[in-house]
Amino acid sequence: MTMLGLTIAYLRDRALNTALNIILLALGVASLVILLLFSSQLEDRFTRDAEGIDMVVGAKGSPLQLILSAVYHVDIPTGNVPLEAVGMIRRQPGVAAAIPLALGDSFRSFRIVGTEPEYLDLHGARLADGRMFAAPMEAVIGADVAATTGAGLGQRFVGGHGLAGGDEGPEHEETPFIVTGRLARTGTVIDRLILTRVDSVWRVHGIEAPHEEHEDHVGHEDHDEHADEAAHAAPAEVTAVLVRYGSAIAAVRLPGLINRQTNMQAAVPAVEVSRLLALVGVGLDAVRAFAVLLMVTAGLSIFVALLSALKEREGDMAMLRVIGASRGAIIGQVLGEGLLLAAAGAALGLALGHGVIALAAGQFDQLRALGLSAARFHPGEAWIVATALGIGLVAALIPALRVLRSDIADTLANTR
Amino acid sequence: MAPLVETRGLAHSRDGREVMRIGDWQLAAGAHALVLGPSGSGKSTFINIVTGLLTPSAGSVAVAGAPMSTLAPAARDALRRRTIGLVFQTLRLIPALSITQNLLLAQRLATGAGDAGAVRAMIDRVGLGHRADARPRQLSQGEGQRAAIARALIGRPQLVVADEPTSALDDANAARMIDLMFEVAGATGATLLVATHDGRIADRFANRLMLAAPGLAAA
Repeated sequence: MTMLGLTIAYLRDRALNTALNIILLALGVASLVILLLFSSQLEDRFTRDAEGIDMVVGAKGSPLQLILSAVYHVDIPTGNVPLEAVGMIRRQPGVAAAIPLALGDSFRSFRIVGTEPEYLDLHGARLADGRMFAAPMEAVIGADVAATTGAGLGQRFVGGHGLAGGDEGPEHEETPFIVTGRLARTGTVIDRLILTRVDSVWRVHGIEAPHEEHEDHVGHEDHDEHADEAAHAAPAEVTAVLVRYGSAIAAVRLPGLINRQTNMQAAVPAVEVSRLLALVGVGLDAVRAFAVLLMVTAGLSIFVALLSALKEREGDMAMLRVIGASRGAIIGQVLGEGLLLAAAGAALGLALGHGVIALAAGQFDQLRALGLSAARFHPGEAWIVATALGIGLVAALIPALRVLRSDIADTLANTR
Repeated sequence: MAPLVETRGLAHSRDGREVMRIGDWQLAAGAHALVLGPSGSGKSTFINIVTGLLTPSAGSVAVAGAPMSTLAPAARDALRRRTIGLVFQTLRLIPALSITQNLLLAQRLATGAGDAGAVRAMIDRVGLGHRADARPRQLSQGEGQRAAIARALIGRPQLVVADEPTSALDDANAARMIDLMFEVAGATGATLLVATHDGRIADRFANRLMLAAPGLAAA
């Protein structure tokens, strides 16, 4: 039996009080951990997914919605823009790349994205096996898609209309896709996408590709079989164009040009993400303030508990001094009690925080799509734990210092 | 044989009023002595001075050859830890610990090491083998007294000091308590110094220090 053993015995002796203090502190720690993980992972993911994309051009509407749908694939698009927009943007000075996206369908909640092979470069993606899509209706699938659906090379699948679950509209059974390649995991949004040529998306919806592009396509005979009267009438469109600048001049000139002189809009991911995080940040700040309040309340509760426990234990403390414990050992015992409470609260809070994140990521597709992960730790969590320990230490300090002022003989004479 | 406890001109005053006067007095190593006197005669003050919990206002006390009353607080604590075991009327066992744990903690604080075998043997010696895992509040007064004696002796102190150990006990239990203290102190070779106003146990001690209120000493 050591002084540490005595400390644990004291904590067990008033188990209910100990449990309440631990839970109170754990709730504060868990709230801060959840906020930290959520905001940092969200910001991280937003930054990574938008890397290499300087501007997005799409239909008029909310610029944030355009960014969310075209870059992060978590919202519905603002509409479509004419295919000619891609060529127009590519011809602008200072544009290094303009990659079209055609959205509209999904397979088992995974979005089917009509695009070009250069889209992979934006996310640093590479093929794990198979080959890049080359002909219409060939598809390359992201790592999460492969893992969730179990789709292998050569496997055929049918997309459904709509972006959420593929069950909002009819399935396009007459135009199945074939998996030609699977991507290695990147930790970006591309892991959850099914990539194909833009004209695959047109074909699924019965839209005929323009002649100059059509000539390049393989298998256009099939396409002709599927195109119907209405389809011939529909113009070839894309949902958005991801733009990477080659020089600063484009950054200055292009957004203004598109917004003023076309019926499209240009949105800058960095600006919209900052705006979104600032909006979310107000809510997060309020929750953070509440969490800090919880932790301070826990500190006060530990302080009151230790103060009243020490008042009851004055005789014990004096007796411990009589049988050989130094003042330092007794002060250490009291501080240790505060620290142990705080450490237990911090450990439980960390577990709770990560548990809630895991639960949320498991329950909500949108959060999973944003890459929210309970398995990742943030360096800031060390500061939260240190703060919790500091609170425990400070809460125990005043009761501990009372030991310094106590007189053993008087205490023994005046307590039972 | 050199005295284990030796006082020289020992007296203590509080708020300008003398509350205890012992003068010169000695207790030989291995002897058993009784400090007897009514309430307010200064028995507890004397015990506190001998154990280094109180500094006398006049004179000095030496324990095991060390000047207890003039040592620095840390050295005084160390001397007490090494040489003295204390038993109080209110048992002052730590309620959060079992009897075994109380003894293990006292042993570790006194000697710096834990010896579960020695603790078990001591608990058996005081007849509490069947209550080793009980908490203090689960013990009867008599069992608690035995546990307190066991704790005082587990560090094998040279001097066992008991302050009113029998005051709350009936005649039979008071007699048993003194028997036990003699037996255990005798077995470990400890010197026994008992302070009490309980006249029932006076004839058990050949060496008596009589204190009379308001603090005049008589050998």
